[in-house]
This record gives sequence, C-alpha cells and structure tokens, in this order.
Amino acid sequence: MAVTKKKVTSKKSNTIKLKFDTSWEYAPAPESKSAATIKKQYDLFINGEWQKPSSKKYFDTINPATEEKLSEVADANAADVDKAVKAARNAYDKVWKKMPAKERAKYIFRIARIMQEKARELAIVETLDGGKPIKESRDFDVPTAANHLFYYAGWADKLEYAFPNRTTEPLGVAGQITPWNFPLLMAAWKIAPALATGNTVVLKPAETTPLTTLKLAEIIQEADLPPGVVNIITGAGDTGAAIVNHADVNKIAFTGSTNVGKIIQRAIAGTNKKATLELGGKAANIIFEDAPIDQAVEGVVNAIFFNQGHVCCAGSRLYVQESVAKEVIRKLRDRMQSLIVGDPMDKNTDIGAINSREQLNIIQKYIAIGKKEGAEMYESSCALPSKGFWCRPTIFSNVAQSNRIAQEEIFGPVLSILTFRTDDEVIEKANNSPYGLSAGVWTDKGSKIFNMTKRMRAGVVWANTFNKFDPTSPFGGYKESGFGREGGLHGLSAYVNIV
Amino acid sequence: MQKVIKKSSLSISENGLEKKTSAKRLEVLKTYKIYIGGQFPRTESGRYYQPVNATGKTLANVCLSSRKDFRDAVVSARGAVSGWSGRAAFNRSQILYRMAEMLEGRKAQFIDELVQQDSTKAKAEKEVNLAIDRLIYYAGWCDKFQQIFSAVNPVASSHFNFSVPEATGVVSIIAPQNDSLLGLVSVIAPVIAGGNTCIVLASETKPLCSVTFAEVLNSSDLPGGVVNILTGKPAELASWFVDHMDVNATIYCENISDTQKMIREKSASNLKRITFYDKINWYTDEGQSPYFIMDTQEIKTTWHPVENIAGAGGGY
Repeated sequence: MAVTKKKVTSKKSNTIKLKFDTSWEYAPAPESKSAATIKKQYDLFINGEWQKPSSKKYFDTINPATEEKLSEVADANAADVDKAVKAARNAYDKVWKKMPAKERAKYIFRIARIMQEKARELAIVETLDGGKPIKESRDFDVPTAANHLFYYAGWADKLEYAFPNRTTEPLGVAGQITPWNFPLLMAAWKIAPALATGNTVVLKPAETTPLTTLKLAEIIQEADLPPGVVNIITGAGDTGAAIVNHADVNKIAFTGSTNVGKIIQRAIAGTNKKATLELGGKAANIIFEDAPIDQAVEGVVNAIFFNQGHVCCAGSRLYVQESVAKEVIRKLRDRMQSLIVGDPMDKNTDIGAINSREQLNIIQKYIAIGKKEGAEMYESSCALPSKGFWCRPTIFSNVAQSNRIAQEEIFGPVLSILTFRTDDEVIEKANNSPYGLSAGVWTDKGSKIFNMTKRMRAGVVWANTFNKFDPTSPFGGYKESGFGREGGLHGLSAYVNIV
Repeated sequence: MQKVIKKSSLSISENGLEKKTSAKRLEVLKTYKIYIGGQFPRTESGRYYQPVNATGKTLANVCLSSRKDFRDAVVSARGAVSGWSGRAAFNRSQILYRMAEMLEGRKAQFIDELVQQDSTKAKAEKEVNLAIDRLIYYAGWCDKFQQIFSAVNPVASSHFNFSVPEATGVVSIIAPQNDSLLGLVSVIAPVIAGGNTCIVLASETKPLCSVTFAEVLNSSDLPGGVVNILTGKPAELASWFVDHMDVNATIYCENISDTQKMIREKSASNLKRITFYDKINWYTDEGQSPYFIMDTQEIKTTWHPVENIAGAGGGY
C-alpha cells in the first residue's frame, strides 16, 4: 500500500490511524449491470416450463441499494404448490427414481458447469437483488454454489460407501425453503444433495431475493434436466406454509429463523415428513490474550461484517480476555474506519446494503435496545448513500451477558463485546445461549484450541479463522440452531432412509 | 452359580405380595423405588400404583412418579453430562461391560421377575441373555462409532477440517412397554455409549426389571445421574418428558400416533431431537446398531488454518 494516508497519532498509543474514507479515495470500480439479463417478469418454474401463477399476481423485487425495481415475480398460492408437488412426484416415480445413479450424477455435474459458465452474470444478479458486495457474490457465493453441485454430483453413484453396512433409499419429494442472505448458495446446498440421493425438489427462494434462484431454473432448463425434477416457485410465507403442509411432500429442508423453524416443526407433527432445520445463531467468538491480535481483529471483522452480518453463523458475540480487551477494541475501531461501505456493485466495497427495509428496521431496533441497555456504542464514521437501506458497522462494548444484544440474533453488522478472565468462565458464557450454530476461538496455544473447540456447544467451530465454508464440510447447529447437516458426507443422510 | 439361582428363586415370592408362609422365617419384601442421581428415592409425590399380571396377581407397590420426579432427574442428568461425556470412550466401554457382568450375575432374579410379568421361563431366559449381549455389543461400540462416523474433510482452502460425533446431552426416553428388560437395555445402551445421560420411563405394566436393572447400574461404576429410571404412566408423564427446556432429545418407542404427534409438536419448544423406535424388533439384530448411537449425536466440524508458506506442498 502506498503511504498516502494521513498519520494521526492518538493520545494513548502510537498507532497510525487509517482514514480511508477521507484521506484515501479509491476510484470507483463498478461491475457492469449489462453483463446480466434480468427479465421484466418471472413466472413459476413447474414441470420444466414457465407457468403463470393461478393467482395471476406478481410482486416486485427491488435492489436494496437503490430501492429501484428489478423485476416482478409470480406469487404462488396453494394451487401452484400443489401443481409443483404433483410434477415433482410424477418426475420422481417415472424418471428420477429409476434413472441409473451415474446418469443422475451427470445431470448435476452439467448444472454445476453451466453455473460456472454464467458465474459473472449470477454474481451481478445476486448483488443487485440482495445488496451484498460484488466481491463476495463473485468470490464466494457463486463459486461455492457451483462447487457444492460438483461435490454432490459425484456422490450420486457412490452412496453405498457413505453408509457402512446399510443401503439407502431416497425420501421422495423434498420441499425446500431458502433464506435471503445467500440465495443461490442456499439453493445449491439444498438441491445438490437432494438430487444426488435421488429425490425430486420443490424449492421456494425468499421473497426479497428470488432472482438468482430463477436464473438457476433457467440453467436447469438449459441442462435438460427431466421436467419436474426441480420445480422453483416464488412467494412469501404463505407459499412456504403451503409447501410445508402439502401432504405429498416427504421432506422439509428449511433455512431461516428459529421462530419459523419451530412453526415448521409443529406443523409437520403427526406426519412422517423428515426435516432439516438450519436456523439462527449467536456465535461466540473468543479472543485469548495469547492470540495473534491483528489476525484476530481481522477475523472478528470477517466474522461479524461479512455479508452485512446477514449470516446465521456470524460471530456476533465477541468475548475478549480482559488483559487485551482495550487493545482489541481500539484496533477493531481503527479497522472499522477503513471498511468501505456503499455501492455493492463496486468491486472495492466491503459492506453493501441491508437486504430489506424490514431487516433494517430490526437492526435499528436492536441498536436502540443496546443503547438503552447501557452498552457503549461505536459506529464507523462512513458516509451512507441517500437512497437504499444502510447500516454502519457498529460495535457495542461493556455488554452484559444478560443484555438482549448478547442473547438475541440481530442479523446485521452489529457486534456485542464482552470480556472474561478464565477459560472456564468464557466457556460458561459462550455456551449460555439457546443457539449453537457456530463458534470461534483465537489463541496461539494448540492444547487450548482443542480444549475450547471440544467444550463449545456448536456445530461448526472455527479456530484462528472464521466464516469458512466448503462443500465437503458439514454445516449445521446444536440446540435451537436446528438439526441436520448440510454439506459433506454427513449432509447426505438428510435426504435418505437408511435401510 | 448354583447358589445364586437358589437365592433368587426365593425372590419370586419376595417380589410378589403373595407371601409364602414359612415356619422358619418371614421373608423380606423388596420395595421397588425409582432411581435418580445414583440414589433410590421414593417418588416425591408419595403416590404408588399396583401393576397386575395376567393371572391377576399384584406385582408390587410401584412408585407412580410425578413431573417433579422427572425434573429432579433432569437436574441429575444434566449434572452428569460433562463428566460422562468427558470420560475416555474406553472408560465408558469398560463400564458398559461391567454392567453386562453385573446383569449376568443377577440373571436368575431377572428371569424370575419376567416370569412374574407373564413371560415363560424359556422366553425370559432368552430376553435376559439378549439384554446382556446387547450391553456387550454397545460396550464394544463406545470407542469405535466415532471412527466410523467421523470425517476429515478435504476442503479446498488451506485448512485442516474434521467432523466428529458428540453427545447431544440429556435424553428423555419412554421405554418400550413390552420387552420390559430387553427393550429398556436396548434404548439406554446406545444413548449412554455415546456419552449422553438419560431419564427413562420404564414399562408401566411391567416395571419390576427396570428397578432391578437400576441396582445393576448402581453396582457397575456408572456415575450417578447418567441413567435415571422412573416408574409411572406414560399417559401422565410423556408430555413432561418432551416439554422440559433442559432436555436435548426424546426417544419414544410406541406406535401411538397421538402421542407421537404431541411429542413432535412439543419438541419445537427448544428443538429437541426426536426419535421414534416404533417398529423395531428388539429380539433380532435389527434391535442393535451404531446408527442408534448416532440418533443422539451431534456432528461438530472444526476448522483450523494450515500455514501455507510460499505455497508449501508436502516436504518431500
């Protein structure tokens, strides 16, 4: 980096403050919208073709960074869901179940390949529709989605190796409901293992971010996947409920809030529907005094500000050992100042737009609660665009374990910082949460890492790293963060009966 | 051996309320109490019930456990989780094996109790033998299932990444109503083999073996609180078994659809893991499997960076 930044010495330390926003201006580096095609209107993808919704209703999907309308998508009602489930059942019975596994695999490989070929377009659409920085959709969402399909494609004809001493059979029709934070990636997470194990799919993307999933439907069509094997229908909560409650659905896979997950669990009581629920989280991220502090601070930034904090496994509770708390908080503040907040389409942007006005309201509600609870708030001083939904990176220090901002999921770029003295204390505090999706620990001592990773009650534990994902790596929670795993060998069992 | 059988043949009458009049001495009757935290308390409710066998004979005055007993048992079970799950898998294996030894030693008593509860001598003997063998089976799995169900995941980035099963925590179990010994052992063993602790509601109509099995546990080096056994009525207690916010999983073994529905509905309160073993023949090999252990396991995935200096590959 060139040393054009202004050197500001603070009173208590000799740290050089980086003031990127005022003294260091990046030239705009916008990705081009023209590399993507978004149709004016999208219908429902049922039985391999685009069908009009029986309600004849459509709803808008907007760009949260500009509030401009991008397209309108069909609002599927129970009749449309029924049509989609029938198509999926028919495809299951007549085609997919009977197809040799190695042929099934090749279809999934083919979809993965086309996804790679259209990666740039998909990244642009993802960023326009959801507000996430283009560098994240380009470097993370889209490639990881394609890799997921590649990974599971290969499993299709190898399932007998996955379940020792048993054989497997598919469940039938899988109803899948995905969230708005990683729309394309979540669709791939759900479709890939379902198809590989021989199930057919009815999938509903979140209502604020349907476009990349509809793009995926176009890819599926282009891949000549037999009609009805994957059906994609759009709509809001009612559409999701119609999928959950449909009598001919054998499996529900849901990623979203713990609240809705519980509603689903109640709704499918008395049925034989199998369920996988990937729900909320309030991950503890623990920094010990012997940690490499600069790396840890970078990790904390990634843990809470990745994807505007719209991440169920976000490291939203930071526990810092008392002896280094001041240093960590100071460095964290400095680093926050250098985060570039703004146009998601700009390749330099670190933090994009909040996904929707509703979510922005929730985040602001929690920021107000945090202040009222007496925690000390600090936010980056960056300027925010006048249109769209924005939230500055925000941290609260002096947070108490019982504070709502330490207990409840905020799902935004808001970090709660608590301190601790001993290993036992921090384990107690970290595990004192109804959630158990992920956790993090930073220390240079190997035995301490294993002590912590073993004792933390969470499905994914990152040691000296955070927010890493891979198709081969199972993901999913303990406790009220849900059950079942997605990804890896373990992700297969969510979609099979073991016989 | 001969001596033991002789001793326990006495207990047939001890267990019944029907007393043999003996000129020599008055027999001592056994009180069937519940098992919480390694102790044998009576139910706090002071209630009892009298299960009756097919011939109309009252089996015993059995504790009619209450919701409070269950809550006490959950406290014990929760307290025992970290110790039990933290033990070496090898040590858990030793203790399960010890349980089998203790059961073998008291075989005759169990046969007698099963016969009182309408089994035949031959069938009872088979059930006890299978129960012993089942404990041996799971004793063997304690330090092996992790190897079968773990994975080192070949992630594309420079990280070491592995997934291992881990105990889910406290498990509430409503044991099979029939097969009162074999069913009980078959549902407890995989749960504790994996490092969980549990609260078990024994067969309502055939509770004798469950209490005697608690005595086996108590003499097997199994830490108090790992297995807690209550007697009582599923119709009264089932909803509490799945309602409790400090229980992580619930196992139910009957094919009663209303109860299954209720259990799944209530499990939503804290998203308990629910398993129904309603179609399993415990007398066959179908009744034992490492997959049963996995029903109360979580998969934990751990990541750590691998230092990648100058694109270092293998050091050949």
